[in-house]
Amino acid sequence: MIPEIGNFSLMLALCLALIQGIVPIVGAARGNQRLMQLARPTAAGQFLFVSLAFGCLVYAFVTNDFSVAYVETNSNSTLPLHYRVAATWGGHEGSLLLWVEMLVLWMNAVALFSRQLPSAMVARVLGVMGLISVGFLSFLLFTSNPFARLLPAAINGHDLNPLLQDIGMIIHPPLLYMGYVGFSVAFSFALAALMGGQLDASWARWSRPWTLLAWMFLTLGIFVGSFWAYYELGWGGWWFWDAVENASFMPWLVGTALIHSLAVTEKRDSFKNWTVLLAIIVFSLSLLGTFLVRSGVLTSVHAFATDPRRGLFILVFLGIVIGGALMLYAWRAPQVGLGGRFSLFSRETMLLLNNVMLLAAAGTVFLGTLYPLFLDALNLGKISVGPPYFEAVFVPLMTPVLLLMAIGPFVRWKEASLKEVWLRLRWIALVAVLSGIGLALTLKFSMLMTVGITLAAWVLLATVFHVAQQLRNGAGKLLSLPRSFLGMVAAHIGIAIFVIGVTLVKGHEVVQDANMHLGDKATVGGMDFRFIDMKKIHGPNYEAAQGTFVVTRHSVEVAVMKPEKRLFTVQQMPMTEAAIDRGLTRDLYVSLGDQTSANSWVVRIQHKPFVSWIWGGCLLMALGGLLAASDRRYRLKKL
Amino acid sequence: MNRFLIPFALFIFLLIMLGLGLRLNPHEVPSPLIGKPAPGFQLSQLQAPDKFITPQELKGQVWLLNVWASWCVSCRLEHAALMDLASQHRVTMIGLNYKDTRLNGINALRELGNPYQVSGFDENGRVGVDFGVYGVPETFVIDKTGVIRYKQIGPLTAEVITEKLLPLIKELNRA
Repeated sequence: MIPEIGNFSLMLALCLALIQGIVPIVGAARGNQRLMQLARPTAAGQFLFVSLAFGCLVYAFVTNDFSVAYVETNSNSTLPLHYRVAATWGGHEGSLLLWVEMLVLWMNAVALFSRQLPSAMVARVLGVMGLISVGFLSFLLFTSNPFARLLPAAINGHDLNPLLQDIGMIIHPPLLYMGYVGFSVAFSFALAALMGGQLDASWARWSRPWTLLAWMFLTLGIFVGSFWAYYELGWGGWWFWDAVENASFMPWLVGTALIHSLAVTEKRDSFKNWTVLLAIIVFSLSLLGTFLVRSGVLTSVHAFATDPRRGLFILVFLGIVIGGALMLYAWRAPQVGLGGRFSLFSRETMLLLNNVMLLAAAGTVFLGTLYPLFLDALNLGKISVGPPYFEAVFVPLMTPVLLLMAIGPFVRWKEASLKEVWLRLRWIALVAVLSGIGLALTLKFSMLMTVGITLAAWVLLATVFHVAQQLRNGAGKLLSLPRSFLGMVAAHIGIAIFVIGVTLVKGHEVVQDANMHLGDKATVGGMDFRFIDMKKIHGPNYEAAQGTFVVTRHSVEVAVMKPEKRLFTVQQMPMTEAAIDRGLTRDLYVSLGDQTSANSWVVRIQHKPFVSWIWGGCLLMALGGLLAASDRRYRLKKL
Repeated sequence: MNRFLIPFALFIFLLIMLGLGLRLNPHEVPSPLIGKPAPGFQLSQLQAPDKFITPQELKGQVWLLNVWASWCVSCRLEHAALMDLASQHRVTMIGLNYKDTRLNGINALRELGNPYQVSGFDENGRVGVDFGVYGVPETFVIDKTGVIRYKQIGPLTAEVITEKLLPLIKELNRA
């Protein structure tokens, strides 16, 4: 009975979405207030019904209702309760429902915090979001109904994939989707502005906080996914350039370009066409990501369900949404003015370069991700593009971005003097180069190390210097500086810290695979790892072999590490549970491979310097997004 | 030509590519096991626990290995096609009863009919892992010398059987 209520709620939500997608937009075109005012109540109604449906699905999981096919494939009665709840979005149907739930959340946030916006604008924004909702709700109902019954009902379920039985996997999809779907707000604002023909600074000011928030969620989502891969997959890698990772990384890159471009549009009324196009591209990439993951056109570790009918549906949907948006753009953009003029050396130019480079970087990721598909589609063979390609093209593109990032904030709007900027930054440039070369020489010289550390130091020092200057110029205390400025500082420092982490991990990590007997000793990164014990342990839903390693440095004990090899009993799936000893300047990482004889195992021992800085950098970037979004200028009154 | 149309044109190109991509079958990812000798195993027979089955006994004939389980819904979908195949063609079909209980496995065959000459009882899925099984049902075609020639992921349909399996088996039998 409960699943049928869920199903029926989805149908009602679809009807409301249809009304919301059509009536307010027609109203805005005709200037009819009564039609426009339908946008808010229909959005609220959708929220009610989609949430009800979501609740019904959670209920089916909690009560182990294996007569629902989706519950049967993704859960099991022995699964602990919190994982049963999380299993709601563990598969295709449920994660789409989560997508729609996020969409209605954003939609209602916009409805709530848009009271002082012109009513036609609100009607159009909510109308566009309603149309997106129509697409996703019909996708759910017609091709991937999470409430479909299984007849005859199963006695027990298949269990949730053990890889997903982890706190990281509980929060990763909701964060990522909040980011993806959040960009639909920027997209809707852009389309609304194109429809109304009023692309101006106020439009940019309205969409900025939403875009920043979406960007923050996406940053956190990618971070959690990467962090999870690091500790859960057991190989010590943190980024694999996997198609699905790339699908989340492309909107991040273009989203980063968009938040910078919006700043120009807001402050200088320039780049208007460009900003609108970026807003369209960001959301298109989010939709494309969904298509790539859900249609199964790309094989990937993430590909759950592959059903060509679903793929076709999303493809048609993509065609309508993105194609329609780009047609509207082609039609309306020529009428938008150029806005404020600027000279060759100015903040505008810096930001334009930043935009172009980020877009180019997203383009290379895009090509690398889809190239195998294109070749296959043209019958030119099956190939796969791996990390070597991405590292070879991506790193050189990021180098100028980092270079400009430090300079940008020092350059004035409209027209600036190159000489003045050079005079202010020359000492910082010198210190950065020296520290890069110095550190590389003391550790292990390589071009990558030198360039990486130099750039990170350059960004870090220049940003700190900028803050110091602001404070000296009488801006008062650090925390009384404008939030948007603090946000930029936090995010830029975050990037610098991230780059330091990546450079040192790449350039200085030590990995050793050894076949170790009980009592053996291995020396990695100046530390001795002694394999002293191996025992069997019983977990709640797995059996495991657990090794014990004592780590010493100059005979002083540093850590005791207990890596495990688990066998999950329901799915009979082996899992490597690495032991990680975290530190500010290094992680020690021990994972168990296969057993080679009665008391010997293949062991992988890794010494990874500054890994924590990668995570710290990501968190600072997200914090930056949050700070900037909470700037006083955007604080919208509720009523 | 309006330069603002360029994004739209690029997008149309992308859409066509994605559309072509959809027609490809991701299930046809070449399995690393194709062309390699089938992994060896020795399993207790499902219906006669004291008797065993190994692939060595099947050398010299072309045979199918069908991975199934009583708990697997798609296996029930596939079952009718297997029964037809077993009754209408002379094909050696071996079952691999995967991660099941003996009682449930025997009952399922009693209820739905038994298309297999014999089924091996792979209680903990160890043999399935050797064969790289990642979803049930899966079907392997193994030639006279014990080399895997074809792998079907997901249920067999009458269409797959007449268009792919039977011609392949015929060809392998001639060799």
